[in-house]
Amino acid sequence: MLTRRIIPCLDVINRRVTKGVKFQNNVDLGDPVEMAERYYHAGCDELVVYDITASAERRPIDIQMVREVARVVRIPFAVGGGLANLEDMSRALLAGAEKVSVNSLAVLTPGIISDGARAFGAQCIVLGMDPVANPDRERFPSGYEVTTRGFRERTGRDAVAWAQEAESRGVGEIVVNSVDADGTRRGFQLDITRLIADAVRVPVVASGGAGCPRHLREAFEDGHADAAIVAGMLHSGEYTIARIKQELAAAGVPVRRMHATAE
Amino acid sequence: MLAIIDYKAGNLTSVKLACDALGQASVITADPAVMRRATRIIFPGVGAAGSAMRHLQELGLVSVLREVIARGTPFLGICVGTQILFDFSEEDGGTDCLGVLPGRVTRFRPSDPRDKVPHMGWNQVRLRQTHPLLAGIADASDFYFVHSYYPQPACATDVLGVTDFAGVTFAAMVGRKNVAAVQFHAEKSGPVGLQLLANFAAWDGTLNPEI
Repeated sequence: MLTRRIIPCLDVINRRVTKGVKFQNNVDLGDPVEMAERYYHAGCDELVVYDITASAERRPIDIQMVREVARVVRIPFAVGGGLANLEDMSRALLAGAEKVSVNSLAVLTPGIISDGARAFGAQCIVLGMDPVANPDRERFPSGYEVTTRGFRERTGRDAVAWAQEAESRGVGEIVVNSVDADGTRRGFQLDITRLIADAVRVPVVASGGAGCPRHLREAFEDGHADAAIVAGMLHSGEYTIARIKQELAAAGVPVRRMHATAE
Repeated sequence: MLAIIDYKAGNLTSVKLACDALGQASVITADPAVMRRATRIIFPGVGAAGSAMRHLQELGLVSVLREVIARGTPFLGICVGTQILFDFSEEDGGTDCLGVLPGRVTRFRPSDPRDKVPHMGWNQVRLRQTHPLLAGIADASDFYFVHSYYPQPACATDVLGVTDFAGVTFAAMVGRKNVAAVQFHAEKSGPVGLQLLANFAAWDGTLNPEI
């Protein structure tokens, strides 16, 4: 049975992993390569590494960091931030990333999704999206509007319509970030996660708000997500990947076990 | 020297990095002379079967692949590299493939909309036979998959391991003589995938259980 993926997320500023609440009050958590290696050995299923200031600083993603992560982990990982065009994507993939993630760039130039899927394969192209609740149902039938730049700018696009457009352009996976839940550790925004998961035929990843294993179970069972991103609950040391998986397995969620070799 | 075949069918970085992690010297190549000299061959591939076959033909690699396989060189197919070892793939409106293994490659057609295609993520491989590449690997270990099509071998004796997805039980690992092939990405499957690659790096291409 296909297992539900647990994906630690590393937000990197100046080569250091940081964690903030709703993108503010960031604190230093450690070296991204060391943390990636540690979570790999602890049994995570995949990793995401965001160079979160690359775009604002108008520089490409830190390729050396991508290379070093690729050298220490033997699982897929996605990278995002500072990917402005196909050439940037190509460099990140050749450095060893399995997937490249686009967000604001795709809203501005949706053709990057189709071009990337054609050039590298749909499975490489991840769309990150930042929906916020918007009660104007005439403009936003799903009840959610897409925002960009860390939830700062509204786009006028309906979240579900945008997910479907990205799917038709060949995106391989969609990460649904929720601003209202981000960093709060009070659970994922299940509503919009489920609306999108049910509206597309590509895997959907729940992101933002994980605080305990029950939240992940909700993301899978009620949010219909195929994978879930975890950050604070892991970075703080409050939970280990083993414990998260143990609790999920006990609740009947299929998870990958680390029985690496036979006796 | 282990040769990783580069036929413009995807990114080979992680295969190369996995070989590096094992201390196994490897070279990424499309040179027939290098392939003939290689002591073992990894045949990876992502993307579509049609373009993979076209690239192989354009690079003139079809006959050298058959030659090294016939000669007994230990050979490992991965993902699309595995699929095009069969006779035929449904992909790209139907693609004639290498015919090294009898059988065809079919698309997943899930009846449950919660089964998303591609089949992406970690899934269990139930072992059907013993094989030198499976030494030290537990039954039902999880491997990392990304694919929309799956092999249907014509000979049950070629099936080494199976996986369940979207209502079918498909061949996740196949083998015949010196050819072994996996639908999953061993190079991205953590310690268990690395174990399989280490077994391949030590394999002489025979099925002698003494190895």
